[in-house]
Amino acid sequence: MITGYAIAVALCSLAVAAWAFVLAARNKAPARPLLTGLAVLEVLLLVQVVISVVLLIGGDRPGSMVTFIAYLVGSLLVLPVGAVWALAERTRSSTVILGVACVTVPVLILRMSEVWGGASA
Amino acid sequence: MARVPEQASERPATASGPGRVLVAVYAIFAVAATSRAAVQIATRFDEAPVPYVLSAFAAVVYLLATFALARTGILWWRIALVACSVELAGVLVVGTLSVFDQAAFPDAAVWSNYGMGYLFIPLVLPVIGLLWLRRTAPTRTPR
Repeated sequence: MITGYAIAVALCSLAVAAWAFVLAARNKAPARPLLTGLAVLEVLLLVQVVISVVLLIGGDRPGSMVTFIAYLVGSLLVLPVGAVWALAERTRSSTVILGVACVTVPVLILRMSEVWGGASA
Repeated sequence: MARVPEQASERPATASGPGRVLVAVYAIFAVAATSRAAVQIATRFDEAPVPYVLSAFAAVVYLLATFALARTGILWWRIALVACSVELAGVLVVGTLSVFDQAAFPDAAVWSNYGMGYLFIPLVLPVIGLLWLRRTAPTRTPR
């Protein structure tokens, strides 16, 4: 993992999360701009996966390969699954769900970097 | 024919409105607890069998609570009530045991130290769950 990039993605996720929570506080259902923000995050996460896979092929080894791959896959799934669950009913709660999904991303990135740095779980 | 007489439908379903946020948070914990327990049991069960079994138990409770809250109907409401109650009891009992007997809990599980490693969300979640279930309690249908 490239630490600088991981931190940048985590900060972007927190920014989108904060945006979602502000919108929810103003009683807004999710609209196009916020969903675009989530799509951008997903692309950033996809790039993160590509970087990680390239480094793994290059010979880098995390503390636990299975755990690392699981976090990698999880990081790609959380936003789409969260969005599907959120958009089934468009209320301010949907906006909160999108915020919660975004907050999950930095947690996953943090755990991923711990495993990358040698932690076994 | 007019509307169906208002019975259970006058109370909101558990997975509607704010309840959807609750289900989402439960789902995150269900996935996190399940995968963590799976890794712990698969790779180093011998190191600390008791906490790892408790981790797996917690995972099952989270999965059950997630599904039950996401469904409608009185049966699922009851299952959700049981799951949230067991969860609250679990986090309190395991939390207390882990504080007084650190040696038995060498590796952090979801409920050790009252869920401190998870920002105490495991302690707060069942309380919110139970409050939400009270809010969405099915009304008794008069016969």
